[in-house]
Amino acid sequence: MSAGHRHRLHRPGDTLVHRLPPQCKLAAVTAFALTVVATPREWFAAFGAYALLLAGVALAARIPPGFVLRRMAVEIPFVLFAVAIPFIGTGERVAVAGLWLSVPGLWAAWNILAKATLGVAASILLAATTEPRLMLLGAQRLRLPPLLVQIAMFMLRYLDVVAGEMRRMRVARESRGFAARDLRHLPVVARSAGALFIRSYERGERVHLAMLSRGYTGSMPVVVDLAASARQWLVAAMLPGAALVALLGNWGMA
Amino acid sequence: MTASRRPGDGAVASLEVSRLAYAYPDGTQALFGVDLRVERGERVALLGPNGAGKTTLVLHLNGILTAGHGTVAVAGLPVAKDSLLEIRRRVGLVFQDPDDQLFMPTVREDVAFGPANLGIRGEELQQRVEDALEQVGMLEAIDRPPHHLSFGQRRRVAVATVLAMEPEILVLDEPSSNLDPASRRELAEILRSLDVTVLMVTHDLPYALELCERSLILSGGVIAADGPTRELLADAELLAAHRLELPYGFTVA
Repeated sequence: MSAGHRHRLHRPGDTLVHRLPPQCKLAAVTAFALTVVATPREWFAAFGAYALLLAGVALAARIPPGFVLRRMAVEIPFVLFAVAIPFIGTGERVAVAGLWLSVPGLWAAWNILAKATLGVAASILLAATTEPRLMLLGAQRLRLPPLLVQIAMFMLRYLDVVAGEMRRMRVARESRGFAARDLRHLPVVARSAGALFIRSYERGERVHLAMLSRGYTGSMPVVVDLAASARQWLVAAMLPGAALVALLGNWGMA
Repeated sequence: MTASRRPGDGAVASLEVSRLAYAYPDGTQALFGVDLRVERGERVALLGPNGAGKTTLVLHLNGILTAGHGTVAVAGLPVAKDSLLEIRRRVGLVFQDPDDQLFMPTVREDVAFGPANLGIRGEELQQRVEDALEQVGMLEAIDRPPHHLSFGQRRRVAVATVLAMEPEILVLDEPSSNLDPASRRELAEILRSLDVTVLMVTHDLPYALELCERSLILSGGVIAADGPTRELLADAELLAAHRLELPYGFTVA
């Protein structure tokens, strides 16, 4: 259950995008997202340019469109919310396919959909071309709070271990004739979840002991050398740079 | 019983514990005055039933628990607040569950964790990592994530993580637990090949006999017996008195 499940976001490869140091990619995606969010919703051409830029990155990284589209499913809750707005919005109404929709509502929905879609697509491309572990090392390089990075690192390492424990507990329950079928079984499942929490907490304590035993003093030693060259930063800057050019160009026309 | 080191007897013991007593914060007394001495290069088994205080004793050896009474010294250096980092370098603790011990995303980073905390970097660090993995025959797994290894392989990597710190003494908590016979034999071969003092905590008596000349029995929070493993295991009465049993069909000639 380990590999297939956990790395489903990552698509190994050896392209220019894959090879970029993770800190460059993280910074590039963040800057790109900020540019997208800062774009006024009426500037359709700019959004089109952003989408083309992402398509270009996907092409360079040899990520097929289907791979990205399937993983866009995380966005569905936002889509549902966005679709609801024109119906519940107030203000001026306009007839669309026989429905009377709110004009400000439509604008708001478009705004959410366009920006969220671009952001999610950029994140998926980042995740597809960067190993989870390297992403954390990149975050460490960018001086994100070390405690947060460490927590994420342990999550990455112990996800399988905790999931395995959870599976064993479920097997143990079912071996004794219990199967959760309806709401009345919730207390049993809840107690299992509590037990799992305590087991994981105790494992955390043991891991901490093991870390102390090897001289841990509160910070993770940086072992992997992830230095990025100026050229690599420049390559990574192309995405947000081009996005910014599109934004400013649109401004010039507006 | 091994007495504390007399001045002038020359050699410094790898490990010297004297009159060590400890009570848990809730008041449960776990150790009632433990005395033991392990000479450099020895392989010693610490035997005892569940709940005898074995793990509690082990956690004192590198200063995770601090003695309520008595002292622990590693190669002459007493365990104290200001010597903790050096003590933890000298005592390589291998925990029972390798998933507790291997917490980094790859084997390489995990083995590097200890020496990196000692301030070693660059080429020397890589060399240490590779040497340690070589010693346990796991060099080819260097870039794999620990959770993709088999249990026996993970235990071997766990040994490598402490070997990389070049310890004075290797302390193993139940090294044979959960291993299949082949992994068990492989681990024994590795432990025999290492040029390091070993203290092995176990209730796997045949494994103790296979690897250690000398054994200690920890029972009721004190060292109840200390002698050649073969003699201790041949003494059925002694074993029975401390809830230790040889496996069915196993006899010590």
